[in-house]
Amino acid sequence: MTIIEITELFKTYNDSEIQVHAVNGVDLNIEEGEFTAIVGPSGSGKTTLLNMLGGLDQPTSGSIRIDDTDLGKLKSSQLIDFRMKNIGFVFQSYNLIPVLTAKENVEFVMHLQGRPKKEREARTMQLLEAVGLKGRENSRPSKLSGGQQQRVAVARALASKPKFVLADEPTANLDSKSTENLLNIMEELNKQEKITFIFSTHDQRVVNKAHRVITLEDGKIISDNRKK
Amino acid sequence: MITSVAWRNIWRNPLRSGIIITAITIGMFAGVFSATFMKGWMNQRLEAGIETETSHIQIHNPEYRKNYDIRQFIPKGFELAEQIATNPAINGVSPRVTIQSMIASAETGTGVKIMGIIPEKEKQVTSLSEYVTEGDYFESISRNPIVIGKKLSEKLKIRSKSKVVITLQDTDGNLTGGAFRVCGIFDTANSMYEETNVFVRYQDLARLGMLPEGVAHEIIVHLHDQDDLLPTTLALREQQSDLEVLNWKELTPELGYLNEIGNLYTYIFVIIILLSLGFGIVNTMLMVVMERVKEIGMLMAIGMGKLRVFLMLMFETILLTLTGGTIGIMLGLGASLALQQNGINLSNWAQGLEDFGYSAIVYPVVEVEMVVVIFILVILTGILASLYPARKALKYNPADAIRTE
Repeated sequence: MTIIEITELFKTYNDSEIQVHAVNGVDLNIEEGEFTAIVGPSGSGKTTLLNMLGGLDQPTSGSIRIDDTDLGKLKSSQLIDFRMKNIGFVFQSYNLIPVLTAKENVEFVMHLQGRPKKEREARTMQLLEAVGLKGRENSRPSKLSGGQQQRVAVARALASKPKFVLADEPTANLDSKSTENLLNIMEELNKQEKITFIFSTHDQRVVNKAHRVITLEDGKIISDNRKK
Repeated sequence: MITSVAWRNIWRNPLRSGIIITAITIGMFAGVFSATFMKGWMNQRLEAGIETETSHIQIHNPEYRKNYDIRQFIPKGFELAEQIATNPAINGVSPRVTIQSMIASAETGTGVKIMGIIPEKEKQVTSLSEYVTEGDYFESISRNPIVIGKKLSEKLKIRSKSKVVITLQDTDGNLTGGAFRVCGIFDTANSMYEETNVFVRYQDLARLGMLPEGVAHEIIVHLHDQDDLLPTTLALREQQSDLEVLNWKELTPELGYLNEIGNLYTYIFVIIILLSLGFGIVNTMLMVVMERVKEIGMLMAIGMGKLRVFLMLMFETILLTLTGGTIGIMLGLGASLALQQNGINLSNWAQGLEDFGYSAIVYPVVEVEMVVVIFILVILTGILASLYPARKALKYNPADAIRTE
C-alpha cells in the first residue's frame, strides 16, 4: 500500500543572483513497510527532500501526499499536529532532551498526544526492551553512549506508532559496532512494527541494509533500486 | 511534563541560574524588608498621632476651630460626654477646655495650646500619661499642676517642680494669668507636639479663663476598634447635628495620606527592583534560548506545538523568578519578624526624626496583603520577562534550527 506519494516536487532557493534547485522535479512513491535509503553526494537534495517529507519545509511546487493528506494544504499548526501523530524523526546528533531520562524521552511524544499513563509506560518499556536498553530507562542521555542515545532516539521515534520514520544520517556519529547494532534494531523494528523507515545517508552500511536505494543528484532521482 | 521539564532546565546551568536567583533573592529581601520597615514606621507615626495627640474623634462647637475663640465652647459639654460614652463602640470620652496662651519661665516664654483635662478621663482617650518620663501625671502636686513636653522644658530651661506662668485671655477678653508648677514632663516621638501643648487640670483652667461650669471646647472620643471609625463618626454626626464631629483623618489628613503614601512608595520601590531584575532575567533567558536552538527545533519537529514551546519557556522563567522571589520574601519576612521584638535603632538620626513626629526605633510590621501583592508582582515579572525570549524561540525554523552546530 502506498503511504507516501510525491508528485513533481520542486524546491528552489533564490540565493542573491543564483537560483538553486535543491529538489528538481522528484516523483516518488513509498510503500508501507519499506526500509529505504536515499543516497547522494552533499548538495544532492537528500536533506531538503527529507525536510519536505517531514513537513519541516514547504515545496516551491509539487505535492506530497501522506495517505490522503496533502501536506501542502495544511496550516503550520496542523503540520505540527500531523508530525506528532504520523511521523517519527531520528536525527544525526540524537537530539534527546538532556534533562529527561531515557524513559521520559521515549514517553515524551505520547505525553504531547495526551495518551494515558499506563499506555505510555507499557509502550515505552516495550520499545526500550526492543532496542536493548532495558535496565537503562532511568539514565539521562549524558550517562549513555552515542549508540545508546541513538537507540533511545529510535525508540522515541517509534513510540507513537507513526506511519513512517525519517532518519537523517542516523549513523554519522557512531562507531561501526554501534552502527551495526542500530541498523539491526531498526531492521527488526521495521519487520515487527511494519513501520516504514526512510534514511538519508552517506553510510554504505546503511545502503547495504536498505531494501530500496534511491540515488539523488542535483535534486533529481537518478536511480531507484529495489533489492530482492 | 512541561513544568517538570521547565524546572529541570533551570538547573542545566546551576551557576548561571544560581546567580540570577541570588540577584532576585537580594532584590526581594530588600523589597520586603523595606516594605515592613516602612509599614512599621508609618503605623507607629499614625498610632502615636492617634494615641497621644488627636485620639479617634473630636467634637467641637462649629465656630471654635475657625479662630479658637475661648467663647466658642460646647455648653453642657460634660453632660454630652456622659451621653456619648454609652455608645458600645466607644472606649472612652474626655471633655477638655483648650485655650491659646503664653507660657513663661524665668528664662524665656513661648506660645502654647493649654488643655484643661480630667486626668482620669484623659487616660481613656490618649496614652500621653504613659509618656511621662520625669515627675508624674497629676499625682504629686495638688495646687495648679502642669504637665509639659520635654522639648518645651528644654526651651524654657526648666524641669520637674519648676514654676511657670500661664498668660491667657479669659471669656471677658481680659488678660489674665496664673502660676503653675511642673508636675510631669512627657517625651513622645513628636518634638513639635511637645513644644506646643501643655496640660493642666480642667478646673484650674476653667477658673482662670472664667468659663461656665460644665462646658468643653473639645470632647475627645476613643474607640475600641479603629474599624468603627467611620460608622461611629457618622452616627455621632447624626446625633449631634449642631456640633462639628471630626475623626482623625479629617483633623489631621496628613496622617492618613502618610499611610497611603507609605503603601504606594513601598509598591513603587518593589516594582523598580523587579523592573531592573526583569532585564537580568530577560538576558538570562535569551542566552538560554540561543543555546538551545537545536533542541527547540527538535521539539517543534517531533510535534511540540508553538504554544507548548512558549509555555515551557514561560514556566522556566516564572519558576526561576519564583525561586529567587520566594527565598527573598521568606528572608525578608524572617528578618522583619526577628527585628519586631527589639526594633531597628535609628537613634543617630533621632533628633531630626522626632522633629517630624517619627520614632527613632522602628518595629517592622508584616502585613499579609502586602506579601501577597509582592508575590503576585514577582510572578508578573516572570511572565513579562519570558515574553521576548519565548517569542524569539517561536521564530526558529525547525529545519534550520536542527542543523545548528
